[in-house]
Amino acid sequence: MISISINGATQQFAAPLNVAALIEHMQLGNKRIAVECNGEIVPRSMYASHVLNDGDKLEIVVAVGGG
Amino acid sequence: MTQDSFIIGGKTYSSRLLVGTGKYKDFAETRAAIEASAAEIITIAIRRSNIGQNPNEPNLLDILPPSKYTLLPNTAGCYTADDAIRTLRLARELLDGHSLVKLEVLGDPQSLYPNVVETISAAKTLVKEGFQVMVYTSDDPIIAKQLEDIGCVAVMPLASLIGSGMGILNPWNLQLIMERLQVPVIVDAGVGTASDAAIAMELGCHGVLMNTAIAAAQNPVLMASAMKQAVEAGRMAYLAGRMPKKFYSASPSSPTSGMITPATK
Repeated sequence: MISISINGATQQFAAPLNVAALIEHMQLGNKRIAVECNGEIVPRSMYASHVLNDGDKLEIVVAVGGG
Repeated sequence: MTQDSFIIGGKTYSSRLLVGTGKYKDFAETRAAIEASAAEIITIAIRRSNIGQNPNEPNLLDILPPSKYTLLPNTAGCYTADDAIRTLRLARELLDGHSLVKLEVLGDPQSLYPNVVETISAAKTLVKEGFQVMVYTSDDPIIAKQLEDIGCVAVMPLASLIGSGMGILNPWNLQLIMERLQVPVIVDAGVGTASDAAIAMELGCHGVLMNTAIAAAQNPVLMASAMKQAVEAGRMAYLAGRMPKKFYSASPSSPTSGMITPATK
């Protein structure tokens, strides 16, 4: 089991997975998002190759209304 | 009127009204108000995705497509340079490399007054990383000049506190800023109603950025239209050059000769 913090909430996964698989799992595939892992941007082109490990801290953001 | 261009970061805009997209009751109202404002540059915020919500729920970018508007991602809610920098790196990734951003680093949640020390620190890093930074700041002319010197593409002093609707509290400072800076000076925050926007433009500001003044009006779409006209009217008045104020001496608008009863004195 590995634990990943996603937007501040910890989630458990059976095995390490890549960012693309996580996005699919979270049903965010059709959303316009950006991802940061441990303070560093994960570019869209790296989703399939960036493997998440135990203890990683992920931020997944969207655009919302603001001034 | 001849071409009155308004250039930010090398791109020419025709509207000098910049608007935010927060605080509207729904996306339909957001879209209607923004269309009525005729704004070309609109601010958006970057927030954590709500995990587990309806995956088909509409997204702000669907109703305000980047193909139609220049989106200006902001760092609202950031209290440190580090948070602001991370937020804008995420924004750049979200918007496919888009580099024009609005930097704001706040001092405390009660006043939302800018923390200029953190703002300057963030601006230095962002400019180095290739961002085109439009920066929200206090109406301190020395800080405004420093932000220009760092390389910000526009400096945006407050008129009064964010969301306060108090209008322009220190026109003298805004004028000091405009006298010193070469980059566009845009009044950001504090505008309450159309006359405030017109006054900002009459002072010579290059543009006005607002959100709450439109979104919190009883009729946001009508207020958006009022703001569009106020910004245009204020700009034209500035270009026309107002008459000098004459203290303690009136001057009649009609001829003083040819009166049916000649003036006795």
